[in-house]
Amino acid sequence: MSVPNRGHKHGFRLFASACAFAVLILSFACIHGNSGNGSSSVSLQGAGATFPNPLYQKWLSEYGKLHANVKIDYQSIGSGGGIKQLKEQTVDFGASDAPMKDEDLKSAPGEILHVPTVLGAVVITYNLSGINQPLRFSPDVIADIFLGKIKKWNDPRITADNPGVTLPANDIAVVHRAESSGTSAVFTDYLSKVSPEWKEKVGSGVSPSWPVGIGGKGNEGVTGQVKNTPNTIGYVELAYAVQNKLPVANIKNASGSFVQPSVDSVTAAASASAANTPEDLRVSITNAPGADVYPISSYTYILVYKNQKDAAKGKALVDFLWWGIHDGEVFAKGLEYAPLPADIVKRAEAKISSVTAGGAALRQ
Amino acid sequence: MSVVRQDDKLDFVSQYSTWRRALSPTGNTGDAIFRIVMFLAALLMVAIVIAKLIALSADSMLSIRQFGFGFLASQRWDPIKGEFGALPFIYGTIVSAVIALLISVPFSLGIAIFLVEQAPQYVSRPVGFLVELLAAIPSVVYGLWGIFVLAPFLRNYIEPPLAKVLGWLPLFKGSITGIGLLTGGIILAIMVTPIISAVVRDVLTAVPGSQREAALALGATKWEMIRVVLVNGAPGIAGAIILGLGRALGETMAVTMVIGNRPQISASLFEPSYTIASAIANEFTEATGDLYLSALVELGLILFLVTFIVNGIARMLVWNVTRKTGGVSRAA
Repeated sequence: MSVPNRGHKHGFRLFASACAFAVLILSFACIHGNSGNGSSSVSLQGAGATFPNPLYQKWLSEYGKLHANVKIDYQSIGSGGGIKQLKEQTVDFGASDAPMKDEDLKSAPGEILHVPTVLGAVVITYNLSGINQPLRFSPDVIADIFLGKIKKWNDPRITADNPGVTLPANDIAVVHRAESSGTSAVFTDYLSKVSPEWKEKVGSGVSPSWPVGIGGKGNEGVTGQVKNTPNTIGYVELAYAVQNKLPVANIKNASGSFVQPSVDSVTAAASASAANTPEDLRVSITNAPGADVYPISSYTYILVYKNQKDAAKGKALVDFLWWGIHDGEVFAKGLEYAPLPADIVKRAEAKISSVTAGGAALRQ
Repeated sequence: MSVVRQDDKLDFVSQYSTWRRALSPTGNTGDAIFRIVMFLAALLMVAIVIAKLIALSADSMLSIRQFGFGFLASQRWDPIKGEFGALPFIYGTIVSAVIALLISVPFSLGIAIFLVEQAPQYVSRPVGFLVELLAAIPSVVYGLWGIFVLAPFLRNYIEPPLAKVLGWLPLFKGSITGIGLLTGGIILAIMVTPIISAVVRDVLTAVPGSQREAALALGATKWEMIRVVLVNGAPGIAGAIILGLGRALGETMAVTMVIGNRPQISASLFEPSYTIASAIANEFTEATGDLYLSALVELGLILFLVTFIVNGIARMLVWNVTRKTGGVSRAA
């Protein structure tokens, strides 16, 4: 008895076409994989804080015009995300508002340098109808609002700071950040300094456990909530409040004067803290002393490894950072960020110059 | 000589053909290979689900060891102090899903009954198509619509009257911002309606016409006839509702934009809340610290198990009904 052989031809055709298909797919993969290694172009990946994102995007576009062979990409995913990606070495540089904590630095695979880039202000913004001039807040009032102890807009402690303004008897709706945020870290750092109860109950960090309030996603989310919902109060980065035409409160600083957040009052905060700034440039400048100082100011940092693995990428990175702290600062004021004071620029230069690749300094 | 060669050939051939015939009744090699490949593909799907379960359990081991079952009962969610508890998220997830179902089920049943029993074809086809189109709108678009349209609408026109009339109930106390558990529930209701109505339509169509004719022949009114059909399709309808529940439990972007993102348990529907899916979406990319990450993965594990079980029950129920009556169950 002979077995019918009809299956053979079909089986062979199927097998042959499957092989051809596989070869096609593999060749696509090979070509695509090789396209990243251009001969002279360098591509850098960065990720981190949303706080300075508008400025960094401006920097990337201006720097790209000057150096077409360097492609830099920045993802604004939040300070915590930037630190995490840097530690896992999936990005070339990270960005964070709050400096990294000691435990984070110890657990990183290499030494990480903090390079300050600009200064920004975290402002208190609110949505109240019929109020024409900026409201004034004392630090303990802000802490108690965010603790939920002050519940109504016409609370005597708020009206005491704002004589002549009629505040409504409505409930205060607090808005905070839903996700981990460097802006939250700066704000809670300030609140921990001005309110012992806040420090004990909540503490400071990127993801505090807020006693009251609604969570908005990103600076954009908080801005949106405050803008669309009446009787809200929230904290955002200065640029977001200005661009969305939201009112910004004046806050009483450590020296007792009510100061409006602005580029100059933020720079004053940095200058006042310059003497206390340690060697690694990790410093908190909230609640700094001085008559013109805006109390909720902060540096924002770019984080890089001191020892770069790839010399070409490392050179491109240090050149970009050098440009940023010198030429990049001219774009800061237009976007409501404060440029670095001159002595901090010198110290940042020293940090950038200490970055090495294979033992040799990348910037002579 | 030829006899010996025939014997050898027969041995090998008979083994080969027995094996092949086991795989494919027609004895065709192509069929057999096809069957093996398809079986491997199905096995791959099962393997992926099991692998997910293993991966989730492995990553949440740190948190499970640290908190044990207390994780399910604790209300604290404090990343700074390292204390994590899942209860507010479980509460938010379940309550928003329940609100969604309470609102959506009457509407979905009504739509399905109308389209199957009452509407003429030139109405039922476009309307049915439009309802199913609702399911195609991306979740994040629902979220944006929720913030800019639904939340102000609720804040200005719905929640104040509710607070005035029913404010004595703890469900409707508290300040009115338009962002909260109620808004989250309503958005979920809108997202879940097309799913439930599509499956219920299939279930009702699968009920044999003889049931309808028998009811009408016995003198039933139209509504009584529809009731007979509903009772007949009840397991399938239950399955559809559970399918909708499964979707509502896992919905992320739309909910996170309107629910307020506060891990708290409050009796009032106006207060903000937090679901498991929103928590993971908001905090996962930036969670630093192994315990924090592990706690979030454990939340994901809880959601995975709950959704898995819920969907499993739904599938079994729907399959049960449509198998009996010979209808085809549509994969939703």
